[in-house]
Amino acid sequence: MGLKSNLHKLKMKYKGTKMAPAFNAIHTFLYLPNETTHGGTHIKAADDLKRTMNTVIMAMVPCLLFGMFNAGYQHYIALGEIQAVTGGFLSAEFWTLDNFLVGFWKILPLVIVSYGVGLAIEFLFAVIKKHEVEEGYLVTGMLVPLIVPVDIPLWMLAVAVAFGVVIGKEVFGGTGMNILNPALTIRAFLFFAYPTWMSGDKVWVHGAVERDQAIAAGESLDAISGETILGSLAQGKEAGYEVMDMFFGFIPGSVGETSTLLILLGALFLIFSKIGSWRIMMSSAIGAIAMGLIFNGVVDSGWITESSKFYGLMSTTWWHHLIIGGFAFGTVFMATDPVTASQTNKGKWIYGFLVGFISILIRVFNPAYPEGVMLAILLMNVFAPTIDHYVVQGNVKKRMKRLKVKTA
Amino acid sequence: MEHIELFFKSIFIDNMVFATFLGMCSYLAVSKKVSTAVGLGAAVIFVLAITVPLNWLLDQYLLQPGALVWLGGEYADFDLSFLSFIMFIATIATMVQLVEIVVEKFSPSLYNSLGIFLPLIAVNCAILGGSLFMQSREIATLGLATTYGIGSGIGWFLAILAIAAIREKIRYSSVPPALRGLGITFIITGLMAIGFMSFGGMLTGGDEESPKEEVTASVIEETKENSTLNEVETSEDKVVANNIKVNE
Repeated sequence: MGLKSNLHKLKMKYKGTKMAPAFNAIHTFLYLPNETTHGGTHIKAADDLKRTMNTVIMAMVPCLLFGMFNAGYQHYIALGEIQAVTGGFLSAEFWTLDNFLVGFWKILPLVIVSYGVGLAIEFLFAVIKKHEVEEGYLVTGMLVPLIVPVDIPLWMLAVAVAFGVVIGKEVFGGTGMNILNPALTIRAFLFFAYPTWMSGDKVWVHGAVERDQAIAAGESLDAISGETILGSLAQGKEAGYEVMDMFFGFIPGSVGETSTLLILLGALFLIFSKIGSWRIMMSSAIGAIAMGLIFNGVVDSGWITESSKFYGLMSTTWWHHLIIGGFAFGTVFMATDPVTASQTNKGKWIYGFLVGFISILIRVFNPAYPEGVMLAILLMNVFAPTIDHYVVQGNVKKRMKRLKVKTA
Repeated sequence: MEHIELFFKSIFIDNMVFATFLGMCSYLAVSKKVSTAVGLGAAVIFVLAITVPLNWLLDQYLLQPGALVWLGGEYADFDLSFLSFIMFIATIATMVQLVEIVVEKFSPSLYNSLGIFLPLIAVNCAILGGSLFMQSREIATLGLATTYGIGSGIGWFLAILAIAAIREKIRYSSVPPALRGLGITFIITGLMAIGFMSFGGMLTGGDEESPKEEVTASVIEETKENSTLNEVETSEDKVVANNIKVNE
């Protein structure tokens, strides 16, 4: 109670000054605003932008918690201190406090840096441009820690977040105006600016890089390999994990992307609450399956031999593509971003299909990037307005035709 | 297979706009509306599809060191490659005149909306760039040269189409006043280039291209500085071309 009235007093005190948006934002974030609108038209709706954003964040929380457990699990298993899980999703070896604490202390700083830097820039822009602070960063700030490797240095994350928020979003006028998904812009910036920390077989397991440095310094230790499944498949090796383990997410990877099961839960939640577009998720899965089937067909017909460098990923069973790497996470949480995706229903089908299609294409054919989802979504973000334009033009033409028939 | 590979490569991997930042002036100036952008893009595809094979013939039978050998053995030592700029530009200017006449005849509205930029295709560095890349990458046959021309044209077409749709979409965004117009367009172009990097390294096996090509093709840079550099190059091209016109 005290906080609320104090906030209100502060707000009144700074009303009309430069800092007003900052206090307004804190106030409305924590409490329901106690003003009503006066005059004009009133629209009453249960969900505003903030609630929409919070719903997406809720859908991501299971992935975040799982990511914390998984970071610790991968760390200890790489050190050889625990055994691989045997008892399915709920097995006690995985859900231990030790695992959680390691992951918690690695991932919490990522979350704090991501939100801290991003929101600071949002506040700064709101104060300078004299508008209310926009809620757009709430989801981005949560997505960012989920799509980076667990050991990423915090200053790199801060630089990338600053780039993504300023160049990716604020220069276009803030939330709802951006062209590319800010979270993916941040990840792409990290990927191209600091490739050694974003790919390879060392970065995905906490402690692997430090261990390497220790070995280089002359200590006698065994190196840790935290190679992702896509990495080993690209080299023509076996995945080395059970299918159910891949589905449950007991595999190395970015923080939140490993557990397809929990991502599916999040997807159902988003579809049920009508926040995420089922059209995009569905068509993207169809696109990926189509591409996977084409590649399987190519392998079956014997067009390429085992000596080909693409053989490993091409021969991967088509539905495995859906549960390894970041495909599920990207499709559910990032391709469906309502700002940067296609806005028309027909456009969503085309957009989603191409996202799935191109991400598997890049995954298989582009040895420079082990994972294609990020770039496929960015590429389709670029073309989403074009798709929309032609869908709308098509509708206009259809209606014109109908109009002519009537008048004739 | 060779054709498909080159076609794909010239559209996506070596995209004229996003990989080499060529043809920026008309790309920036005519991308305000999708319909005009489509018109200009189609014109660029057409001009590239004709000029690249034509210039390939010129290069093969006139300009290369030893190309004149078909006239007789005594011409084997001639090397006219210093003439390639002027010859290529002359071909391009002629073809652009032809396109202009055709467009004016069949689509006066498009002719009017393209305005000065239609004749300016003659000095569009994407067009000359297409011919010069064809020369420096030593494309082997006439068929491949045609494929390369069409592919580069389609790549440029896709780029201007996408940015025109984006610019129509952001017309109502509250872009900071200092960035409105060209500034934000440069930033969008840079961000789009990130999207197009998804194809970088494909087909080449992830290695960098051979150093010979790198001298001519500048690496993707999303910085504004570099784009403005290219702008400067463009205007230089314009000056050169103007001089040629004056001389003619």
